[in-house]
Amino acid sequence: MTGERATSSAGQKPVLVVEDLQVVYETPAGPAKAVDHVSFSLRPGERLGLIGESGSGKTTIATALMRLTRAPGRIVGGKILLDGADVMQMTPTQLRASRLKDIALMPQGAMSSLNPVMQLEGQIIDAIVAHSPKMSRAALDARVDALLAQVGLNPEVRRRYPHELSGGMKQRAVMAIATSMQPKVIVADEPTSALDVVVQRQVMQTLGRLQGGLGAAVVLIGHDMGLIAQFADIVGVMYAGKLVEIGPVSQVIDAPRHPYTRLLIDSLPRIDIKKPLTGIRGLPPHLIDLPPGCGFGPRCPYAFDRCSLETPSMQDVAPAQKAACHLYPRNKSLPPLSARAERAQA
Amino acid sequence: MSALIELRGVTKKYGAFTALDNLTFSLSGSPPSITAVAGESGSGKTTFARIVLGFIPPSSGQVFYLGKDIARLSAAERQQFRREVQPIFQDPFDVFNPFYRVDHVLTVPVRRFRLADSEAAGQRLIEDALSRVGLRPKDTLGRFPHELSGGQRQRIMVARAVLTRPKLIMADEPVSMVDASLRATILDELSALTRDLGISIVYITHDLTTAYQICENILILYQGCVAEAGSVDRVIRDPKHPYTRLLVSSIPMPDRTRIWGGEELKVPEASAGRLANGCRFAPRCPFVLEECWSDPPPKFQLDADRIATCFLHKKSPISPDADVAGAFAASPTIVNGPPTRAQQ
Repeated sequence: MTGERATSSAGQKPVLVVEDLQVVYETPAGPAKAVDHVSFSLRPGERLGLIGESGSGKTTIATALMRLTRAPGRIVGGKILLDGADVMQMTPTQLRASRLKDIALMPQGAMSSLNPVMQLEGQIIDAIVAHSPKMSRAALDARVDALLAQVGLNPEVRRRYPHELSGGMKQRAVMAIATSMQPKVIVADEPTSALDVVVQRQVMQTLGRLQGGLGAAVVLIGHDMGLIAQFADIVGVMYAGKLVEIGPVSQVIDAPRHPYTRLLIDSLPRIDIKKPLTGIRGLPPHLIDLPPGCGFGPRCPYAFDRCSLETPSMQDVAPAQKAACHLYPRNKSLPPLSARAERAQA
Repeated sequence: MSALIELRGVTKKYGAFTALDNLTFSLSGSPPSITAVAGESGSGKTTFARIVLGFIPPSSGQVFYLGKDIARLSAAERQQFRREVQPIFQDPFDVFNPFYRVDHVLTVPVRRFRLADSEAAGQRLIEDALSRVGLRPKDTLGRFPHELSGGQRQRIMVARAVLTRPKLIMADEPVSMVDASLRATILDELSALTRDLGISIVYITHDLTTAYQICENILILYQGCVAEAGSVDRVIRDPKHPYTRLLVSSIPMPDRTRIWGGEELKVPEASAGRLANGCRFAPRCPFVLEECWSDPPPKFQLDADRIATCFLHKKSPISPDADVAGAFAASPTIVNGPPTRAQQ
């Protein structure tokens, strides 16, 4: 398989629409804007990868999509439409009915999100019974077996406790729970960050197969551009709470428009050529009292005067690709780094 | 001249579980080099690090530092060993005591190893070490761990290791918990230690891409045994052991033209037990031969600078122990005897 994954979703109505989402964490020093006017939409079957450094707001988006944001976090603005329904307006009962059935979360650290004193089958059955309380025990048993088989686990592990499973198996168990009600959207928050490469590949391939079978959309959250490139159709790049670039994966990797995306890709070590390792100098800004202008400005080798004065907003930079950067529309693509800027970067 | 560090027939068992199986490995230290020890969880790579650091004793076999058995060092020699062989650990959060300012991890080695004659000289030493890893002493000293990012904390640990002017740094997954954008910077700083200060580094990792970028040689461990070893250009660019091939092909590349194979890999995880005899990789190996189930594969010398323990390469000569010195480009040497039946 090369190039773009064929999805038959073109022309379909989006199943998930996020508009101007804003989440803040109240702190003694003032509100920290963890998610700042983020918008994107996903059609059935599409896979979006959200990438960014720690603290860029990826996980905050994941919890907000589930409306699981907890104090001191607060969703202060924006809209989340799940298959047309306004998630922000849902009552607790509606929310409970929608979780797992419409949208399911594979939380970060699946290792610790299973109940350590409960056998696997009980945890899967809990999820199903919450939605289908009248299901018979025999039907439940059959369903558990089918779910385990689907995620590549031997049905005999149903009686095991989490500590009796390897990391990859636990991640698969979480996947079985997340897909138990055949959701339309799966939010996977760093599902493989603690796994070895081979296991990571196996888990992601299984997730891909399940998602394809369900026709569900996936939001994959991660910090590894390689993994996102392998799995996603669309990549969204987060920086300091903002979505700074979004577009088809291969397009963004081949021709990133935002300087941050570019540096992120350049900082990846490669296996085909040896080249000096380059990081991104500096640190992300504090999310309280963000300075005016572009959040990436102080670290950006392309920055010019306007960048410290005015916050750039998302604009079309190529077909289906948007970036929030003042270099556009003046430029068609990201200009090569000047020698001076390269030195400053090193 | 004695090797900087040498393991002779080192085996580590935890009960019936063999974490490291009869490993013989030496690292010359001149010229200084960076050597990768790579493998998945359970491959024995952290056991390897802890044995070299003297944190745990091997179940059998010996470890020599500059020709001396580290189990039999005098007090003065032990002090020297502790100063000259420094660890860097994976987790930049756990290694700090949250109640102490970060200065603590730096001032203690200065005092303990009497690195400076005066407080001012000690301070200079600390500031030098911090600057070397790209930290501004003014912005770093006096802070508490929670006031610094993971990347900054890990750089302090590198500075701490440099402080004692070690001959060897054992870096166990030093960047796996650091953000991707900072990883490159920290690894570059590690390479600079070898280049500028002549410190040899053993880089223990599961990440073959970074190993390829900063190391000369690599040792691939699978369930405590050496699968493949040699120069990174051989082992990573052109892997010959089926396990190394699986590892390399599973690296998620940011390249849509090199997508993982469409077929889903089968899940062998359920078979947690380890094979008593034969090749440890046999249960997962797509190319398994009959002899793989009964005999442990010897080291076949495939190239001047690479060995692989796999019967697929049985036409290649078996590497005699003495020759293996050549299997690592330039300096380190490795000998991994087949696991003996007596040890099973």
